[in-house]
Amino acid sequence: MINFLKYKFIYFGFSILVILTGLFFIFKFGLPLSIDFTGGSNISYKINNKVVNLRTEPLSQKQEIEIRLKMEKESKSKIEVLLFETVGPSVGKDAVNKTIIASVLGILAILLYIAFAFKGFNFALAAILALFHDILVLVGVYAIVSYFFKAEVDTLFITAALTTMSFSVHDTIVIFDKIREYIKEHGKGDIERLANKALTETMVRSLNNSMTIVFMLLALILFGGSTIKFFIVALLIGTITGTYSSPFIATPILVWLEKRNKK
Amino acid sequence: MIIIKKLLVLIAVLIGLWIDIPKNTKIFNREIKPLGNLDIKLGLDLKGGSHLVFEANTKGIKQEDLASSLEATRDIIERRVNFFGVSEPSVQTVKSGSNYKIEVDLPGITNVKDAIDKIGKTAQLTFKETSNKVNLATSSGFVAFDSNPLLTGKDVKKASVSIDNTSGKPQVSLEFTSEGNKKFADATKRNVGKVIGIFLDDITLTTPVVQQEILDGNAVINGSFTTDEAKKLAQDINGGALPIPIKLVEQKNVGPSLGAEEISKSIIAGVIGLSAVLIFMIVYYGKMGLIADLALVIYGFLALAIFKLFSVVLTLSGVAGFLLSIGMAVDSNILIFERIKEELRKKNNMEIAIKIGFGKAIDAIKDANFTTLIVAFILFNPLNWGFLPQFGLVRGFALTLIIGVGTSLFTGVFITKRLINFFYKQKN
Repeated sequence: MINFLKYKFIYFGFSILVILTGLFFIFKFGLPLSIDFTGGSNISYKINNKVVNLRTEPLSQKQEIEIRLKMEKESKSKIEVLLFETVGPSVGKDAVNKTIIASVLGILAILLYIAFAFKGFNFALAAILALFHDILVLVGVYAIVSYFFKAEVDTLFITAALTTMSFSVHDTIVIFDKIREYIKEHGKGDIERLANKALTETMVRSLNNSMTIVFMLLALILFGGSTIKFFIVALLIGTITGTYSSPFIATPILVWLEKRNKK
Repeated sequence: MIIIKKLLVLIAVLIGLWIDIPKNTKIFNREIKPLGNLDIKLGLDLKGGSHLVFEANTKGIKQEDLASSLEATRDIIERRVNFFGVSEPSVQTVKSGSNYKIEVDLPGITNVKDAIDKIGKTAQLTFKETSNKVNLATSSGFVAFDSNPLLTGKDVKKASVSIDNTSGKPQVSLEFTSEGNKKFADATKRNVGKVIGIFLDDITLTTPVVQQEILDGNAVINGSFTTDEAKKLAQDINGGALPIPIKLVEQKNVGPSLGAEEISKSIIAGVIGLSAVLIFMIVYYGKMGLIADLALVIYGFLALAIFKLFSVVLTLSGVAGFLLSIGMAVDSNILIFERIKEELRKKNNMEIAIKIGFGKAIDAIKDANFTTLIVAFILFNPLNWGFLPQFGLVRGFALTLIIGVGTSLFTGVFITKRLINFFYKQKN
């Protein structure tokens, strides 16, 4: 048995460092929002086998054709439209608001379900706190990525955030299930020892499981198409933080909550 | 009982495989047809096409008329869209807050200027006379019409539904304005014995032969209408415009080449990623890994069959949901194996280890997948509540996640267990 919990302050410290760096990038450089949220037009042209991406104010189809004709004249070659999208300014906000409402409802439902299935509110609370940790890490690290690689926050990023939330709880439950089992066998007496034992037992499965997902995602980043590249990057960040938070954030918090209850 | 269960699982897998068979498969020169002959449907972001969102301006509409006006607007747009000959267009009304939107999906159409103009324009009624420029081959029934209309909807004062005295069938009566009256008298005088075409949005409504000059300014459009159809037509002519004014607020066009490129790249990437996962499982878990791989492949086939069966539209976000569910399916297997290993370490023999390990793993698998299902259901918003997401992106993700997790529960619980029992009990 390895005493994982002995180093909990190192885990917390590392998380706080990552989150603070992310927040620094968010506040210093902002999160570049896609036209899904701000309104505007995205155009992607193929000229002489080169792909040109443009982002503009909201354009009508007519204006787009005018631009294209002008460019065709200047470049003296045929232009193929790969992508043209226009979003009015009011559209995106509504979508985000609804997704947030749905997520909050989802989190509440998870809270209730875990509290019920694990017969303890502490399990639910610890899982949800780890979930918030993962969202913070995801948004923060994505801000850093977007600063260096010009990634945007679009609706696909929202999907990635939702995926991360699901994965985070999924992963946490596997460890909690083990702790629940030990509590059944030995009682809550030495929760820290039980938690350490559970972590030792589940660590291999956690790593192996994440490894398989990381394989999939890395393949998609390396060989997949360009439009979903940053979406996959967001999923990768989510998978890594989701795996990290289960043993190193959720479990220490659970132990701490259980100990506090006893006092 | 156990035999029946085993048979049912086997039958489910076989039916899944049957549905999955690609079209035009030949085995020993005999063509094998897939069950139901179903296709995987690809979303606009993968296949190419246009997604248009119109905002409805409901300001001048009375509350009690709102639902029917929206419905009428949707129908008219749908009729106009069908005129383009798009395959599987979709026209939907969506409520967001206190606003109403109409979403139009046009797969395969990327140059949409035409489409937008046609959808948003007012319904145009036109009367046209036969063209003199073309030699009429009346015997063949083919008639060419002059491109300049004799009369338009502007000349119509009112359209109403009446009943034809002789046939008793519903028809649409037109009452012209005084100017229209003059034009109509003039036109009928010129065309006695000839055909006049009446069109709505360039679709032929009827082509009556003029019997005599009509001076009283009344005309009827008859055909084999039902009362509802006659009412709708009268409404369209009266309104001339959509019952609710609409404005284009969002538009997404994806060229077909981008979509095709994305798909082929994603498939290659998916195959590479999946192979890596399969190899990893064998390297780490040996024989059990092989079983997991087998279960995973069966899982893939079953999920594919369900996508086909429920005609799920696959989008980029849907693919993400599916990938996540693959991860969770692998996880179920890893959980089971780790538990079995654990029981083996306790010096249990294989058979008991499988039994106990399996039972323990199922608890975690159930809880973990159940929470995922809860979240996915809320995101999918099956009751279509206005305060939850109603847009394709999130729903596509949720739907594939639900199907994926549901299927992985099935393969994890039934298939893996059968396979383990099969491979290990043989020895004893």
